[in-house]
Amino acid sequence: MTSEELNKIVQAEAETSAGFTATIDICMAAGCLSSHADQVRDALAAQVKSKDLGKKVRVRGVGCMGLCAAGPLVNVSPKQVMYQEVSQADAAELLQSVLDDKPMQRLVCNTQIPFFQRQTKIVLENCGVIDPDRIEEYIAAEGYSALQKVLSGMTQAEVLEQVTRSGLRGRGGAGFPTGLKWTTVAKAPMTPKYVICNADEGDPGAFMDRSVLESDPHRVLEGMAIAAYATGASVGYIYCRAEYPLAVKRLKNAIRQAERMGLLGANIFGTQFGFTVDIRLGAGAFVCGEETALIHSIEGKRGTPRPRPPFPAQSGLWGCPTLINNVETFANIAPILRKGGDWFASIGTEKSKGTKVFALAGRVANTGLIEVPMGMKLRDIIFELGGGIPDGRKYKAVQTGGPSGGCIPEQFLDMDVDYDSIAKVGSIMGSGGMIVMDETSCMVDVAKFFLEFCRSESCGKCTPCRVGTAHMHDLLCRISEGLASEEEIILLEELCDLLKSTSLCGLGQTAPNPVLTTLKYFRNEYIAHIQDKSCPAGVCAIKAPAHQEVQA
Amino acid sequence: MSMLNAPAQPPSADKRWKLVDATIRRHGRQGDSLIECLHTVQECFGFLDEQALRYLSQALSLPLSKVFGVATFYNLFTLKPKGEHTCVVCMGTACYIKGAQALLTAIQEKYGVKPGETSEDGKMSVLTARCLGSCGLAPAAVFDGDVAGKINGNDMLKRVEKWMEA
Repeated sequence: MTSEELNKIVQAEAETSAGFTATIDICMAAGCLSSHADQVRDALAAQVKSKDLGKKVRVRGVGCMGLCAAGPLVNVSPKQVMYQEVSQADAAELLQSVLDDKPMQRLVCNTQIPFFQRQTKIVLENCGVIDPDRIEEYIAAEGYSALQKVLSGMTQAEVLEQVTRSGLRGRGGAGFPTGLKWTTVAKAPMTPKYVICNADEGDPGAFMDRSVLESDPHRVLEGMAIAAYATGASVGYIYCRAEYPLAVKRLKNAIRQAERMGLLGANIFGTQFGFTVDIRLGAGAFVCGEETALIHSIEGKRGTPRPRPPFPAQSGLWGCPTLINNVETFANIAPILRKGGDWFASIGTEKSKGTKVFALAGRVANTGLIEVPMGMKLRDIIFELGGGIPDGRKYKAVQTGGPSGGCIPEQFLDMDVDYDSIAKVGSIMGSGGMIVMDETSCMVDVAKFFLEFCRSESCGKCTPCRVGTAHMHDLLCRISEGLASEEEIILLEELCDLLKSTSLCGLGQTAPNPVLTTLKYFRNEYIAHIQDKSCPAGVCAIKAPAHQEVQA
Repeated sequence: MSMLNAPAQPPSADKRWKLVDATIRRHGRQGDSLIECLHTVQECFGFLDEQALRYLSQALSLPLSKVFGVATFYNLFTLKPKGEHTCVVCMGTACYIKGAQALLTAIQEKYGVKPGETSEDGKMSVLTARCLGSCGLAPAAVFDGDVAGKINGNDMLKRVEKWMEA
């Protein structure tokens, strides 16, 4: 592959596109597929074929368009009319409307709403726009041009400099500066080195990485290849959850295509640089999102973490220096190298640069995927983009960061969403899941839910986490059943402190967060369960008789 | 050493072992491919039995204890055969908030099958998932690999009835 060949593909794609008078794109990501988007695509393709319009109208499967709740989504270009909840029975009418150039009002999805208008797309720029199964379309969307630019004239130090200048921080949750991590691996004297993409998106309620992998897999491969060049690695692994079969399928296909075109493998773009990527499947263990546990899992072992230091940057996979970044982090790399670190740093806040992809779910009108600049107000995300709480109910809390995060109550709705502000109120940015809760959710029950999760996902290696999460879960069960005394809240708080300060890895250290934040902001609900033997939200099954002292 | 250790022979003439062997060979019989090999066995046979674990331990030159340790560590691997049909209810946060528990209760009340169990006639297994990533469609469940979103207890029973009365 040379830059001329790359340009040829770009031109050929442009010519093909220009040949069609209209393109009908159907979202083929997991969300819409479960509403039978594949049947819609097949029905549309059959209609086009039966009317012999194959040269005029193009029917394409593309990636995620974001508004998962309204799927299957269909977009017609060049007019850019989006349709929602399309079924295969609508195919004939839809095609006719495209031919007549009159939007089919019955199914039109309003794209003028803030959900679409207030997004800034960097990571998701190609999602819903290109066919993830065709590398040519990624190349036509400036794909692999960053890798070409890097390999044809930038030194390793220059790449590291751009990534550092961008201010990009790890999108997996902890927010470690990416440039610093890359530089540490680059400086490590030992070889070989490895690059790992963490696609073990285990947080329940988070589906950003799944959508990126399903909609634009080449972007992740390109980011990994640039990382490998900058750090001196030649082998990469993508550790993906087995629960995401479609993402794995599209990744495998993408790797094969990139290898065939010489964009992965030996002598990429005619240089000395070579890089191969292999996929490793997870097997359903939340703790494997922790980097040392993930490394153990790639080595074929039980996914248990080990103490750090040494950090994987010094001693990771098979004891070699290893760079581990999250899917979304890698997805930011190609645009940063294309447009420069300063461009990226101009977006977002002082300490959190760029954009963040959030998965909005729970009791919110527009569930789906959004990408917004760092520093947007939480209220704007939930009530403007998210469309607020449905059924006229009242907002209670938003849960960020999965089982490691916390619940953010109403009084903080006007805070900026960035790494540091979220940490200040006791939660974490996490990977980007945002679960909105209204008054029908009981916060004791929510805390119990997360502790049940952490209890059964604890790997069992360190005692504070193995035993502590079980005890905390027991206490929360007693509270939710109305059997607990007020002293048990104190005991619960002591356990929170113990786990936070003595657990081996992030799972145990952050497991108390859902409890601590609900105790801090919704203490009255705990008190109601204990004193009044009642659940204000009517969720918990109270076992104690009302207004009777129960001995602990 | 390799002269003494002839490659292990599959436990039976079942053709599915050929697929398992292909995975073992693709990874050069390396111990670090254990999880990949366990995935293949489970895809081919539906679960991991003792015979399979013993075979992988020989073929990859790993202690049986290690193979057993890995097979039991990860939630996705199962040592018990599944029912003819499987129904996986997502218990991720978004689904939980939107009433996934009611789906499990509906099935348990009608058929007496608890999560992680298989009905007595072996027709259906009920499982739970940590998160399917279909949070936009909460609550979601998977019926024999087919993801269905925004379902309630009645939808659930309608789907399951077809299997149970077949």
